[in-house]
Formats: sequence, C-alpha cells, structure tokens
Amino acid sequence: MSDFALVTSGLTKTFGGFTAVKNVDLKVRRHTIHALIGPNGAGKTTFFNLLTKFHKPTAGSIVFESTDITAESPAATARRGLVRSFQISATFPHLTVKDNVRVALQRKLGTQYHFWKSSRSLDVLDDAAMRLLADVGLADAAAINAADLSYGRKRTLEIATTLALDPPFMLLDEPTQGMAIDDVDRIKKLIKRVAVGRTVLMVEHNMSVVADISDTITVLQRGEILAEGPYAQVSNDPAVKAAYLGGGHA
Amino acid sequence: MSIKPVSLKPISLKPMPLKPMSITLKIFALLVAAALVVPYVPGIIYPIFVMKVMCYGLFACAFNLLLGFTGLVSFAHAAFLGSAGYVTGALMIRFGTHPLGTVTAFTLGVLASALVGLAIGGLAVRRRGIYFAMITLALSQIVYFLAVQFRWTGGEDGLQGIPRGNLFGLLDLSSDTAMYYVTLVLFSIGFLFVYRVVHSPFGQILQAVRENEPRATSLGYDTDRFRLAAFVLSATVAGYAGAMKALVFQLVSLNDVSLHTSTEVVLMTLLGGLGTMFGPLVGATLVVGLQNYLATIGDLVTVVIGLIFIVCVSFFRRGVVGEYLEWRRRRAQRALPAREPATAPSPSHAP
Ligand SMILES: Nc1ncnc2c1ncn2[C@@H]1O[C@H](COP(=O)(O)OP(=O)(O)OP(=O)(O)O)[C@@H](O)[C@H]1O
Ligand SMILES: [Mg+2]
Repeated sequence: MSDFALVTSGLTKTFGGFTAVKNVDLKVRRHTIHALIGPNGAGKTTFFNLLTKFHKPTAGSIVFESTDITAESPAATARRGLVRSFQISATFPHLTVKDNVRVALQRKLGTQYHFWKSSRSLDVLDDAAMRLLADVGLADAAAINAADLSYGRKRTLEIATTLALDPPFMLLDEPTQGMAIDDVDRIKKLIKRVAVGRTVLMVEHNMSVVADISDTITVLQRGEILAEGPYAQVSNDPAVKAAYLGGGHA
Repeated sequence: MSIKPVSLKPISLKPMPLKPMSITLKIFALLVAAALVVPYVPGIIYPIFVMKVMCYGLFACAFNLLLGFTGLVSFAHAAFLGSAGYVTGALMIRFGTHPLGTVTAFTLGVLASALVGLAIGGLAVRRRGIYFAMITLALSQIVYFLAVQFRWTGGEDGLQGIPRGNLFGLLDLSSDTAMYYVTLVLFSIGFLFVYRVVHSPFGQILQAVRENEPRATSLGYDTDRFRLAAFVLSATVAGYAGAMKALVFQLVSLNDVSLHTSTEVVLMTLLGGLGTMFGPLVGATLVVGLQNYLATIGDLVTVVIGLIFIVCVSFFRRGVVGEYLEWRRRRAQRALPAREPATAPSPSHAP
C-alpha cells in the first residue's frame, strides 16, 4: 500500500475555452491534513468537484486508495469514503439538527429504500446521533430545524453530518469561511481532533488555521500548482508571495 | 397533520413543520368512521359520490406523493390510472366470474401501472423541471395512442359493463353496498400505504434529496434512484386507484388515459394542498363535488373550476389544507419564545 490516500495525475477541467483546473498532479499522504490554498477563482472548488465527481474531468485521472475512481458516480465515490463538505453551508434546512445527522447515519442501516417500514425504525440511530452532536457541541440544538441555527453552528452541523459517515477521507471546502473568530478557533480544534486516523484535504483562506493544523500545503493559482510543502517553506516562497499580492487575497 | 416541506417552483410554497404522526391517523380514523354510515343515509350523501371521491382522492394522493415529496411534475399520471383500469377491466370481462377473478384482475392491473411507471420514470427521471414534465407528457400520449389502437382496450368505446365479480366466491360485489365497503377498505389501505411511504426510512431520504440534493449525493445516496423509486410508487398507487375506479364504475374510457385527467389531478392536489396528507383528498372532493353538483351547466364546469383554481393560486397558494396548517403554524409560533437567531445571513443551501 502506498503512503498516499489520494493521487491525481494530469487532472484538468475546462469550461468552454476556460481552463479552471490545469494538469494538477496532487498526492495526499494518508492520515495527514493537507491544505489547498490559492486566490479566489484559482480552481480549488472546481478541483473538489472533480475529486467528488460532481464534475467530469476533461483529462487526467483520480486514484483513491489504489483504485481508479475517475469514471465513478458521485454517490459511489462518497460511499467509498471520500466525503466532501460544501463551500456554501449545506444542511437539510427543514430537518431537525438531529435528523440531519441521522440521514447520514441511516446509510449504514441499509434501509434507505425501505418504504414499507416505519420511520420509527430509525430511532435506533438516535443515540449515535446525539453522541455526535454532543461531541461537536450541538446537543442543545438537536430538536430545532437546521435552518434556525446560526451560521457558525450550521457549518459545525455539516462537519458532524460528514463525521456521521465515519469517512476515511474528508474534503472540507472553506470550513471556517464567514465565521466569527471564536467559531474559527472551535472549528480549527474540531478538525484537528477528528483528523486523527483520517485524511483531510481542506480548502482554507484563513492562514492561521492553515498554519496551525496542516501538515502540507499546496498552492493553486489559475488552476495550476504553484508551490507545495510545509507552511514555513510555502509561506516564504517568493512566487507564492507574489501570487497573493497580485491576487489581492490574504 | 402536515408532513414534509414542499416547494413547487412557480408557486413557491413554504415548507410546513413535521407534526406528530398520530394526528393524521386520528383524523383519518374519524373520516373512515363517518364514511361507514354513508350507505345508511343515501338521502344526505350518495354512496356512489363518496366512492368516486375515494378513487380520485387516492389518485391525487399518489400524484402528491411524487410532486409534494420530490418536486417532480408528472403529466403521465392518467397513463397509470388508465393502464391499470384497462388491464383490470379487460381481465374482469373475461374471467370476472372466477372466485379469484377480481383479486387477480385488480392485482395485475396495479402491476401493469407499476411497469408503465418504471418505463416512463426510467426514461424521464434524469431530467428536471419542464423537461421532465414534457417527457412524461410525450410518453403518456403514447399510452393514449396505444389505448386507441389496441382491440382489448375497446378503442374509442373503451370498456363498458365491466363485471365487479366477487371476493373468493364469498362476497358478491355487484351490490353497491358491498362494493362501497370494499372500496372503503381498499381506499384506506391505499391512503395508509402513502402515509407509510412518507413516514418511512425511504421517505426520510426522499425529503433529504428534496431539501438539498448535492448534500444527499455527497452522503452517498443515488438521488436519481430515489426519484425513480418514488415515481414508480406513485404510479403504482395511481394504478391502484384506477383499478378501483374500473370496478366501481364498471367502465374504463379514453378519458382515463387522457391529458385532461392528468391535469385534473394536478388541480386537485394544488387546490387541496400540496405536500399535505389530506390536501389531495380535500381537492378531489371539491373538484368531484363541483363536477357533480354543477353538472347541469355542462362544459361550463371546467370554466368554474378554472376560475376557482386561479383564485386558489392567487390567494391560497398552499391550497385549502396547506393554508389551514400555515395559519396554525403561525399561531403556534407566536405563542412560542423566540428561537435561536441567525447571526449571519445564511446563503441559500444548494450550490
Ligand atoms: N460550472 C462552471 N462553469 C463555468 N465556469 C466555472 C464553473 N465553475 C467554476 N468556474 C470558473 O472556474 C474558476 C475557478 O472557480 P472555483 O470556484 O474553482 O475557484 P475557487 O478557487 O474555489 O475560488 P474561491 O476562493 O472564490 O472559492 C472561476 O473562474 C470560475 O468562474
Ligand atoms: Mg471555492
């Protein structure tokens, strides 16, 4: 078994004539936190969409745990354990916080097509759901609709829902975007904690988060890899500094 | 009483909160109890009218199962109602006297609609919105065409004088009273089936897909397969209503597979309240009632119903039951202490 959980080769995506992701060779080492950074429009979300099959690559391949998953369906890739969160908060707004988590837990039960069973058969998942919510500090909100949560807590719920699948590989798209400073700190600690025994690839603009918890950083610019390495090395790279000054994003 | 959030794009409805299940069942039990005495008071309400309401009410429940819980607008539901009706009717005409004739014909009719549903759904379900609606419309026109062409469907004449047969040689259904109670039992089973589907593990995922499809996909659910399953279930229940109707009225006509019937069920569902359990029943009662009591004005009934529909979508967009539930929800919310405030503007949930 190689040291890498995920390997992309020559991954490319063009929209019309515009190349959003260009020839990206990325290797994500198993059981590390790998940050993907870059200015707005660099192609980070598009790259995530490729990995999770929400977009079909124009060229290149994706190998996850030694299996080529380039042609797989998005749901099949998710079932393999490559589970993403979204840049825009993605909950089930009119389900309760507990039910949001339960929807994820339900897959293990294998009853997702059982239309003849009572939904009470899902109550066996309540304990697990409550444990997860308690773990991320959402237990008090279990009974309210996800739509009624504050923004920061919505993002937390998203992570809890993702964790409910117990995925070996998590893709987090800007988990702290738009959060107040306290929330950022909480999410940072949460990611660090849940990353034990998992691989995390995250897009993050907040440099304090990137510096504190990531093992490796890849800088993307205009769809291409500009630099890669640990924080100390990447942050001193003249090309990266230039890109960030030029890109107008910190 | 209300169940799942719904929003039909052009009429943009607000979702309704989940209520304890038992309320729906209690109200339903009351309705059934009231229906039990109908044959004893023919002076107040005709049993045949109630049977018609039960057939169309269940038909509308089937339609609502699809539109209210997946957001898919189908114009093929007459094809399901009709194909089950034709198969049941044609088999009854041939084997109606056999002790197992009625049960078999009914079952095969329902099965036929499930297969037609699988065929139409399989082709349409990858499309969304207007494209989905158009594909179902086109395919249901093929079913209509076949109904005109085939000999066993009676072509332009349809099937008439369908015998009702009997149940296991024990209960003769030719009596209206016997048929009435059998219809009530069949209707109750159908309604409870829809209720169960909505409140099942499958229904839970269906709601999640409806609420946020990319998120459901990212959790490993094949959303197209859930939509297809919902489509086939909806077609099956529509067929079940069609088989019931064929036995009750002893008649199946081209009207049953026509676009007119497909649009009528949309109207019933929206009029009563999309995504609610009782809305389709209320809508069917209103439409069937108007057709019956305004029968003297002939084709003008269509105009009257059309006007009512316009008033409904302009002023009661949630339908009769939907508006009532919304009113109750607002009242309950006013009584409740303020909820956790959203500190930041939450962007729309789906990318
Ligand atoms: N579906 C699409 N069709 C056409 N162009 C797209 C599509 N998705 C993304 N793009 C373009 O690809 C480029 C990269 O977008 P992407 O969202 O991947 O950037 P990003 O690095 O995630 O940026 P941000 O930091 O703002 O989230 C942008 O120029 C965007 O306009
Ligand atoms: Mg992005």
